[in-house]
Amino acid sequence: MIRIANGQGFWGDWLEAPVRLVDQGPIDFLVLDYLAEVTMSILQKQKQEDPNLGYARDFPPLVGRLATRLKSRNIKVVANAGGVNPAACAKAVLKAAPGLKVAVVHGDDVFSRLDELASKGYEMRDMDTGEPISSIRPGILAANAYIGAFPLAEALDTGADVVIAGRSTDTALTLAPMVHRFGWKPDGWDKLAAGTIAGHIIECGAQCTGGNCQVDWQSIPNMEDIGYPIIEAKPDATFTVTKHESAGGRVHSDTVKEQLLYELGDPARYITPDCVADFTSIQLADTGPNRVRVSGIRGGPRPPTLKLSISYANGWKSIGTLVYSWPQALAKAQAADRIVRARLKSLGLSFEEIHTEYFGANACAGPAAPPNPDPPEIQLRIGVRGQDRKAIDRFTRELIPLVLNGPPGATGFGEGRPAVREIVAYWSALIPREEIQTRVEVIS
Amino acid sequence: MKKPLGEIAHTRSGDKGDTSNIGVIALKPEYYPVILREVTPERVKSFFGDLVKGKVERFELPNLHALNLLLHEALGGGGTVSLRVDAQGKTYGAALLRMEIDVD
Repeated sequence: MIRIANGQGFWGDWLEAPVRLVDQGPIDFLVLDYLAEVTMSILQKQKQEDPNLGYARDFPPLVGRLATRLKSRNIKVVANAGGVNPAACAKAVLKAAPGLKVAVVHGDDVFSRLDELASKGYEMRDMDTGEPISSIRPGILAANAYIGAFPLAEALDTGADVVIAGRSTDTALTLAPMVHRFGWKPDGWDKLAAGTIAGHIIECGAQCTGGNCQVDWQSIPNMEDIGYPIIEAKPDATFTVTKHESAGGRVHSDTVKEQLLYELGDPARYITPDCVADFTSIQLADTGPNRVRVSGIRGGPRPPTLKLSISYANGWKSIGTLVYSWPQALAKAQAADRIVRARLKSLGLSFEEIHTEYFGANACAGPAAPPNPDPPEIQLRIGVRGQDRKAIDRFTRELIPLVLNGPPGATGFGEGRPAVREIVAYWSALIPREEIQTRVEVIS
Repeated sequence: MKKPLGEIAHTRSGDKGDTSNIGVIALKPEYYPVILREVTPERVKSFFGDLVKGKVERFELPNLHALNLLLHEALGGGGTVSLRVDAQGKTYGAALLRMEIDVD
């Protein structure tokens, strides 16, 4: 049996979580998932400004902080902290923790190969809209193929203490230690599916150990010290989801089911570079306090293609707010919205979208929100987006004047004019997997 | 007898691009057939009104006594493009708990 713990569900997750996973009980592998769809583009921009950046900067200091404990207890770290610059990440890790052996997985970055791939005749089209890649080509900032568990397992096979990948799938981080330790084969679909589903359960950190859980949420113990998840994996591909005993939170079939359903598409066909996992085969059993056993998982062959994660610049946006107070707070906010729209129109400005929400009335759920006929206050929230930066800049001047020249009772303008942000949007396509050749480099 | 869905189910929701997914899980196994009968794509689409511009798809996970709902074109463009406060549909699952269902 091996214990695989996940200490980060995204870049920006709780900094103390991985340290507590190491300190509060036994683990064999510490996996850290830093990358979301938009993270790659943020990292690409950082790399453009400084060629030594472009990776998750939280990671090297964390490894430095844990280095002695990792070494003395033989805990291996697997992370997709490399972002768009795994080599620079490895360099920074070695600087923070000189005694560790680091393995880097290269080959996911296809940013410089896009035209070559197009010239080979691969018709890359967006998986959601069907648009050809030519429609976004000038704005592309980053392009990476999602890679699976086998290159990461190969990196673990070198005896490295720390494995750094770029755009590996979230689930591969958890599956890789199983492939490495149990010698699972690339066509062992049921086993690979089980490891993939274990990865899906823990990839969002505490979201399977009581975080964001609706069931009896007020009774979830000691959330200030919530335990991040641990998979106790066996060679037969059954596993138990648990946490350190002394940590807070709760592991129960309710918390695990909620996470299993999170960001899921067709449950019978959860497609990864390693296999196609069938979520309708999962059997759960509560086998003890904070222990859920998972078994019965079936899987099918991996697809012949890999998914590309592409991010591109798609204009600008700004979101501004004002607060209107009782009485008639909603009516005042609605009147203010009409005034702003009329003023923007009279200035001759056009936008791809103007979107208004009334925070406190219906901002989250729109027509599905419960009625709230006489709220004590409402936040007017107007957002605009478009390709013309000047129009977006001008919008940012149109809210604060309403405090004096609009409906009564406006406040909440203390932050000043709203910020203008560049929109870095996400686009995905498929390419034949033979086009992606990964390579493991060991540095120490 | 009419009851809100939240009395027999819990939910979790999230995003994939401009699609929001809502997992609907029976609080007890015996509630699953009621959820299966009552939480139809048509009812869900009508409950969310013009928030959902596209279709609603439904998948069944009888092993978990759960449904997975996909609400297409429901996040104002999704991801970084969306101007919505809840650009990732994190609250849609909780909103659905208010939907009235027939439990007889």
